[in-house]
Amino acid sequence: MKQSRAIELGTGLFVLLGFAALFFLVTQISSRGAGFGSSGYLLTAKFDNIGGLKTGAPVSMGGVTIGRVTTIDFDSTDYKAVATLRIAPRFDRTPEDSDAAINTAGLLGGQYVGITPGGSETYLRDGDRIEFTQSAVVLENLISKFLFDKAAEQAPAGNAAPDTQGAQP
Amino acid sequence: MTLFAEIWDGTRGFVVKTGAFALFVVRLLAVTPAALLRFRLVVEQVYNTGARSLVIIMLSGLFVGMVLGLQGFDLLQRFGSEEALGVAVALALLKELGPVVTALLFAGRAGTSLTSEIGLMGATDQLAAMQMMAVDPVKRVCAPRFLGGLIAMPLLAAIFSMIGLFGAQLLGVQLMGVDSGQFWSQMQAAVDVDDVMEGVVKSLVFGFACSAIAVYEGYHAVPTAEGVGRATTRTVVTSSVAVLVLDYMLTAVFL
Repeated sequence: MKQSRAIELGTGLFVLLGFAALFFLVTQISSRGAGFGSSGYLLTAKFDNIGGLKTGAPVSMGGVTIGRVTTIDFDSTDYKAVATLRIAPRFDRTPEDSDAAINTAGLLGGQYVGITPGGSETYLRDGDRIEFTQSAVVLENLISKFLFDKAAEQAPAGNAAPDTQGAQP
Repeated sequence: MTLFAEIWDGTRGFVVKTGAFALFVVRLLAVTPAALLRFRLVVEQVYNTGARSLVIIMLSGLFVGMVLGLQGFDLLQRFGSEEALGVAVALALLKELGPVVTALLFAGRAGTSLTSEIGLMGATDQLAAMQMMAVDPVKRVCAPRFLGGLIAMPLLAAIFSMIGLFGAQLLGVQLMGVDSGQFWSQMQAAVDVDDVMEGVVKSLVFGFACSAIAVYEGYHAVPTAEGVGRATTRTVVTSSVAVLVLDYMLTAVFL
């Protein structure tokens, strides 16, 4: 009897420790556990190009995370990407002429939706759409644009160069 | 010709053994619900496989975490992003090292003891005696041990990951001077509940595989001293390979 008590005690301690570890991992290490789940209201925004935006990406206003991207879909009537954003209930004063842009956190960071508030007195409600959007900046396009601009600048100068050099001696 | 015959024999033996194992697992699963009714036996096995593996799991977890912290710090420092240490260590521990290293230790610590215990029961005719009394040894001996291992594995893996994180924190934050707030907040921002769940699912699958293999090898051990010894060795080898192969497959599924 004495020995079986010890086994029960040991097992109990082990199981409790195991569940405590699991609870710690779920609540303290991960972010989704501390989220607001399915409360909050939904907004949609249409973008020409969402770049590398993923579901679960943060939605921030003034640098503060106010919600998350819940779904990303493609609207085949106007060929645009539709992102659904879930905004926490306490941030319920988003002006209706607000602007949503897809930004990148840091040089190598993930992409997020940044909302810049407008000046309207009427606020967005559940199911509304953010009209003004800015697409993600695609780095390749930016680089190629820069290179072409440089090339266009260089072209006249490059043509002129042999002439001046030829004229020098 | 003899080479061909040998390869043929080996392949055939492997297929036969796989089949026997699959049939045994079906038989085991069929009697497992009945073992839940005799919960005392299961609790005893959770104690044997889980609670008694606790020290080795915690010690290994601490050192694995500290090594990860040291290596991760050395690497990340070159890019000037030591703050990402928390993320790197947490993801490595939760998704891979926690379940895999725990399963390998589990196979070595608990699997071998299950195999040798059941094998010795066979060698001393205890299993035959049970059959004489119309007690199914699979139900009375194997099922509680299998279930105990299945319950203990995810808990051990969670403890391993938690202690590992603590070890990495100890090294990175206390010794190397990574900012404590950055360490935890970057980790929390980058780790999802899905990542934790991946580890739990993996450790459940590994627990299933290791316990089933250990029980199978014990039950089918040749009832001699040498036979039990060989069965114990096979448990470790088969379990380790199974864990690593399963880990690859599960990772491919989860990614």
